[in-house]
Amino acid sequence: MSEKKSKSKNTSSKSARAKSVNPEQILSFYREMLLIRRFEEKSGQLYGQGLIAGFCHLYIGQEAVVVGMQSAIGEGDQVITGYRDHGHMLALGMEARGVMAELTGREGGYSKGKGGSMHMFSTEKNFYGGHGIVGAQVALGTGLAFANAYRKNDRVCLAYFGDGASNQGQVYESFNMAKLWNLPVVYVIENNQYAMGTSIARSSSETQLHRRGASFGIPGFEVDGMDVLAVHAAGIKAVKHARAGKGPIILEMKTYRYRGHSMSDPAKYRSREEVDAVRKQSDPIQMLKAKIMDEKIAGEAELKAIDKEIRAQVSDAADFAVDSPEPDPSELLSDVLV
Amino acid sequence: MARMTMIKAINSALDVLMEKDETVCSFGEDAGYFGGVFGCTEGLQEKYGLNRVFDAPINESAIIAMAIGMASNGLRPVAEIQFADYIFPGFDQIISELSRIRYRTAGAFTMPVTIRTPCGGGIYGGQTHSMSPEAFFTHIPGIRVVMPSNPHDAKGMLIASVECDDPVIFFEPKRLYNGPFDGDPHKPALAWSSHEKGEVPKGHYTVDINKAEIVRGGSELTILAYGTMVHVAKESARLAGVDAEVIDLRTLIPYDMQTIAKSVNKTGRCVVLHEAPRTSGFGAELIAQIQEDCFYALEAPIIRVTGWDTPYPHAHEWAYFPGQERVMRAIKQVLEN
Repeated sequence: MSEKKSKSKNTSSKSARAKSVNPEQILSFYREMLLIRRFEEKSGQLYGQGLIAGFCHLYIGQEAVVVGMQSAIGEGDQVITGYRDHGHMLALGMEARGVMAELTGREGGYSKGKGGSMHMFSTEKNFYGGHGIVGAQVALGTGLAFANAYRKNDRVCLAYFGDGASNQGQVYESFNMAKLWNLPVVYVIENNQYAMGTSIARSSSETQLHRRGASFGIPGFEVDGMDVLAVHAAGIKAVKHARAGKGPIILEMKTYRYRGHSMSDPAKYRSREEVDAVRKQSDPIQMLKAKIMDEKIAGEAELKAIDKEIRAQVSDAADFAVDSPEPDPSELLSDVLV
Repeated sequence: MARMTMIKAINSALDVLMEKDETVCSFGEDAGYFGGVFGCTEGLQEKYGLNRVFDAPINESAIIAMAIGMASNGLRPVAEIQFADYIFPGFDQIISELSRIRYRTAGAFTMPVTIRTPCGGGIYGGQTHSMSPEAFFTHIPGIRVVMPSNPHDAKGMLIASVECDDPVIFFEPKRLYNGPFDGDPHKPALAWSSHEKGEVPKGHYTVDINKAEIVRGGSELTILAYGTMVHVAKESARLAGVDAEVIDLRTLIPYDMQTIAKSVNKTGRCVVLHEAPRTSGFGAELIAQIQEDCFYALEAPIIRVTGWDTPYPHAHEWAYFPGQERVMRAIKQVLEN
């Protein structure tokens, strides 16, 4: 990611990436992406059955982004994101049971049912939410990074946001402060090309979002967000950059969500052909599966066993989420002021 | 003990806090090198360094958001919003994030953020430098809202606010920065050196941010006020020659209903003052609660004396400001009813 490169195409180098990834890691990427996919499919089912109410934004299609980025950070590094947050939590190793039970609004959920789909946290896994206001988390993540610099704790914050959030004013307030103080933050833009129902072309004057930091002196790179290995490689470099005290860096993940914005969105703003083409040509899980088979990292039987195991894990999470009791009515009034 | 201005008292509070706890840091527009537009953070950057006392860009939204992120990650930030009128770009962060993170994490996170901001009129600031926007913030579950009326309380309440694990909006009535103001703009300005509440202890102490203070005992009526209006209330009661009990609320959320109800149950009459506009002002909340709790003790309708339902004007500032004449008229009315 030389200065020269950032001025040219800013695409993560494919040749440089594969070296650092061993077969076990590749299998673990596969497993994590599949967990998110199956978890989200199950969430969609529970929603359809009326067991999850309200807003539920599925991560299906974007799995490579969080799995690749997660593999690039170290213990104690922080993660913060917007409302499409289930995948981030699963990639961080938060319990599927606790996440699913939050979706169903039960006591066993990460926020005892008080947060819901968009608002979960884990002090143990350094996950700082889950934020339902578009773009608000970008400035919060910058504050987390400020505290890292202040405490000199060598930690980096990943602040995720979407193409929609990238037009919010406070994103640019954050960019300015982050570069002004060289804060250890990686801005991960998950560009799935639709801000709810509005395509990026209809909402953004500069659609190459990795360029958005240019006027602040923040380097930015475009990454194939459907390729977990490309994400991993770009993530390693970006995190290294931030941890070295060089300040913020932007990674624009070109990705795609297969489902609607939320469960109630029929996605009429794009064609079925468009969605099908992405699914066929660049599904992150299928692409990695093909690589695993081609390179004989694992066979069909082994992958089937993984799938079975994950289905069992997700099914267990769903059972837990449905069986967990509703929170005590006293929870309504607690945790407002200390 | 030393007599000092409210500016010095606030500065002293920050000094005590930063000396004691290295997770406390202070930042805002012009709040570092320049020492704050009113001088509240003067000398702190020299003493504690650029990392702990620093200038922020003019971005109220990100200033507040940064403080939230910092507090999530082990710090105890004090963010200054240069004028309360400027706070609105950050209002979303206060409502949607700051006030709710504790609730939405089921208590796993606390949010020890203090937002200091000068409020109120009386300095010819016009409509964007004179507002008293406290009522907006009292409608947000999950934050505390306080407003001291003197240097002694300002220091003790600021220390208590920063040491509290809840978010606190700390309003500083800027007309009181340099001296008590009793509502008469034509008298020579008084200095805090001539006022007993200008007496500020050295070192660490706190003033309870859950308690109102009875600043003048009385039996004929109760006057509720906070910030600048405390001084207007006391002087108006004196001029009217009535035996009024004046309560300085100090904390708006959570307000000390016990002290208020005890007084109103005793006097049976009540006048509520604030500088902010009348409709949906904090007085409306106080009066609603008083009628619920003290209905059978009331001898007369409760009266509000407030700013008008207009923007804060530049000209006619003293016609807008709920000064002594209007307060005395209300006192008379509530006693005659």
